[in-house]
Amino acid sequence: MGNCKRIEENLIAYLDAKAGPAVRRQVEMHLAACPACRQRTTEFRQLWGLLDELPAPPPSLAFDAAVQARIAAEPRQRSWWTFLVPSPRLAFATTALAVLSVWLLSVGPSQSPDSSVAQQQSSEAEFGMIRDLPILEDYDLLANFDALSELPVQPAVAQPESQRP
Amino acid sequence: MLDVKAGDDSSFELLLHKYRAPLVNFLYRMVGDAATAEDLAQEVFLRVYRARDGYAPSAKFSTWVFRIATNLALNAQRDGRHRLRQVSLDQPLDGGTSDAPLDIADGQPNIEHELLTRDRAALIRQAVESLPEKQRAAVLLHKYQELNYDQIAGILNCSESALKSLLFRAYETLRVELAPLVKVGRAQQARSKTREVR
Repeated sequence: MGNCKRIEENLIAYLDAKAGPAVRRQVEMHLAACPACRQRTTEFRQLWGLLDELPAPPPSLAFDAAVQARIAAEPRQRSWWTFLVPSPRLAFATTALAVLSVWLLSVGPSQSPDSSVAQQQSSEAEFGMIRDLPILEDYDLLANFDALSELPVQPAVAQPESQRP
Repeated sequence: MLDVKAGDDSSFELLLHKYRAPLVNFLYRMVGDAATAEDLAQEVFLRVYRARDGYAPSAKFSTWVFRIATNLALNAQRDGRHRLRQVSLDQPLDGGTSDAPLDIADGQPNIEHELLTRDRAALIRQAVESLPEKQRAAVLLHKYQELNYDQIAGILNCSESALKSLLFRAYETLRVELAPLVKVGRAQQARSKTREVR
């Protein structure tokens, strides 16, 4: 029984005629002495003949076309250097971004001279107002001089203020 | 395959021509359905095509391609997408090419008569399909594809010693399962020998 177990692993190689000379001799010696293993070996050979009767259908005529269609549907593989070639979308987006940046840069500096001129003008007006402040103060003094309001008014002969001496 | 890797499409067609029948046959015997076998075989070629750029000839091409096929078949069965076909009494006997139904012996059950009249191919197919998946793959690669032990061991990811034990167990199971057919065959051989002697 122990010997039967030992040749199990070698029996298939023996039947395939792929066992080495030493293994083949060992199996043959065992088979000569063991009727059970001899019968099993015979039945294995018959079994292999029986398995040849198992049918298998050939590939269909459309097989090759189906494989080619599935391969054609595959996305094309890209080489490493294709990363260097920008896609149209990326190129458009990059160009648009560059144009926008240039426009923003060109618009930005032209606004600052205008604003500085306006600032300068307002500063000059302010300065002028400060410079004319004594006159304005005199005007206020004259406009609000109470003594003048007490003078008798002659409406009939009243002359325009511009014609007064 | 190295020519395919270099971009030679005609070499891929040669591979297709050489391996399509063995792959479809192997996958049919693995999954038990012709349409599923074709679908899986197409998937094998698709994967070969996808992997062409990274292909390194570390093993025989046939080992590589049958490893892909075996994995696809086992995954398909484990996913339950492709169940092994059950043998039906009404189905054609030879995978769809014949319309004749199975013949079943009527009257009193007589196992020998029934076995003689039942379709032998259906019984053999059922016995092979009943094997555990790894044993079934080992038998199909050994018996029908005639690959070497080191190739089959590489496909099934086991040692050669483990493969030989696996094959022995598988054939021993089949020998027991198909014993009536084996004995019938032996009896027929004996009868024909007797006739020759007379």
